[in-house]
Amino acid sequence: MGIGIELGHYLTVGAILFTLGVFGIFINRKNIVVILMSVELILLSVNLNFVAFSAQLNDLQGQIFALLILTVAASESAIGLAILVIFYRNRGSIAVEDVNMMKG
Amino acid sequence: MNSDIIDFASLAPAYPEMLLALGAGVLLVVGAVINKERSLFVSYGAVLLLLVVGALVLFAPAEGILFNGVFIADSFARYMKVLVLGGSVFSLLLALPRTKENGTHKFEYSILVLLATLGMMIMVSANDLMSLYVGLELQSLSLYVLAAIKRDDSKATEAGLKYFVLGALSSGMLLYGASLIYGFTGHTNLQEIVLAIATEGRSIGLIFGVVFLLASIAFKISAVPFHMWTPDVYEGAPTPVTAFFATASKVAAMTLMVRLVMDTFQGITHDWQQIVIFLSIASMVLAAFAAIGQKSLKRLIAYSSIGHVGFALVGLSSGTQVGVEGVAIYMAVYVIMTIGLFACVLSLRTNGDYVENIADLAGVAQKRPFVAAIMAITMFSLIGMPPLAGFFAKWHAFLAAIDAQLYVPAAIGVLASAVSAFYYLRIIKVMYFDEPAGEFEAVPPGLSVIMGLSGFLMVTYYFTVGAPLANFAHIAAGSLF
Repeated sequence: MGIGIELGHYLTVGAILFTLGVFGIFINRKNIVVILMSVELILLSVNLNFVAFSAQLNDLQGQIFALLILTVAASESAIGLAILVIFYRNRGSIAVEDVNMMKG
Repeated sequence: MNSDIIDFASLAPAYPEMLLALGAGVLLVVGAVINKERSLFVSYGAVLLLLVVGALVLFAPAEGILFNGVFIADSFARYMKVLVLGGSVFSLLLALPRTKENGTHKFEYSILVLLATLGMMIMVSANDLMSLYVGLELQSLSLYVLAAIKRDDSKATEAGLKYFVLGALSSGMLLYGASLIYGFTGHTNLQEIVLAIATEGRSIGLIFGVVFLLASIAFKISAVPFHMWTPDVYEGAPTPVTAFFATASKVAAMTLMVRLVMDTFQGITHDWQQIVIFLSIASMVLAAFAAIGQKSLKRLIAYSSIGHVGFALVGLSSGTQVGVEGVAIYMAVYVIMTIGLFACVLSLRTNGDYVENIADLAGVAQKRPFVAAIMAITMFSLIGMPPLAGFFAKWHAFLAAIDAQLYVPAAIGVLASAVSAFYYLRIIKVMYFDEPAGEFEAVPPGLSVIMGLSGFLMVTYYFTVGAPLANFAHIAAGSLF
């Protein structure tokens, strides 16, 4: 680890990014694309955690896990965007408040 | 590393998964090259493939730990794989009549069900946080697409979108929990985590990780307070897909829950027990009251499924072998009841559309007495009326809790099932005593067979499948201890 930057710092940044991602999903009232970006932010914060722990523990498994997450994140956003496209075709809008046909 | 060449025979515990992966690939190619009119051929192929894989799991059991410890095949995994495969086969069969109306006429439907089933089998056999995550994502990504497979229907696409966003959030929580568990124990292998907890004891970071992990799995089994997506997705998705969500996917996630808390986190039982008790009580109570006001049949089924997860978790909260047996039996009976229920829902069409609202069920008893009878049996079984299957499932789950002196969850469970009797009985009342509103279309013979089978199993549970099932569940639960 670099001078002065300890595991705790990495974990703090990871936790902040994770919280931002979660808040981005729940507080966001505008656009579904922002939600997709928030999901990516969550996954990247987890990757940061894994890599920091992996360096700290001197163990490769965490980095392998991070690579797996990167791959899955790519396919996840592909599927998310595909669903968003068919949603737009049906409704002509991708605003969050328009996702409201079903309630109760 | 040992030798570079892996002996093929040593992979026997993973043969079912390998066959399923290979078969799904072959059927995908077949589906892409054959004429669109004949895409049903792929569905039959998928059913056949799942039956062969199921036979392999049942009759050629091979146990062991494979692939550097990421994959485990034990009796518990076998039991749950049989349930998952059963749920998948019946979801494919339920979709076969009237594929056009269901939106499942595209061959991709069967392929996605196969891939989701493969993901579930990997989840059930996961012995490492990595294989757990990859299996879970293979399942989830297929399910997101399945929910939105009727792509010109705005309700289905909305269901797909909601499921995707909340599912991705829950995967993120799972990963965050996994990263903390990895960081504070130094391992991703579940067995090594057990050892690390036993030697190093619990730390606050580990507990945080466990909470995140359990919250994410609570999401997948739709336990309160992580249930918000369930009614919307169940209502919007095509009905055979909903049946798949309610059976196979729930069983796989429940297996993950059981394996993690009973095996991996056995050293911190006191910590996870509080979470599981909270999830179970909240699910039972909320489902019982929230379902009362529902008008849509599929939303009602969604709330009912939330409640049943709560009942199964009562058994798990005991943290004993009897409790795991209770969960295993509960999930099996739940799959039987749910398949029957969805066969009834899919068989009723009026005015060129599926029955959506409970009020549309008026007069089913006069027009379609067989469907009404099976539906009534299912409702009584869901309530937990003896001597139907649902009673024995609840009995096993509550018995485990009482053995572990958890009287409060058991008592709340009994009260919640009394409240839930109200909305189940309301369906019977509408079917039998309300004036018929319209005509119902003829019931496809395939669905009648499924309804008959499910009804038969529910009525004769004690004399037919009850004893062998309890025996199998006993062996399965034993492999976790």
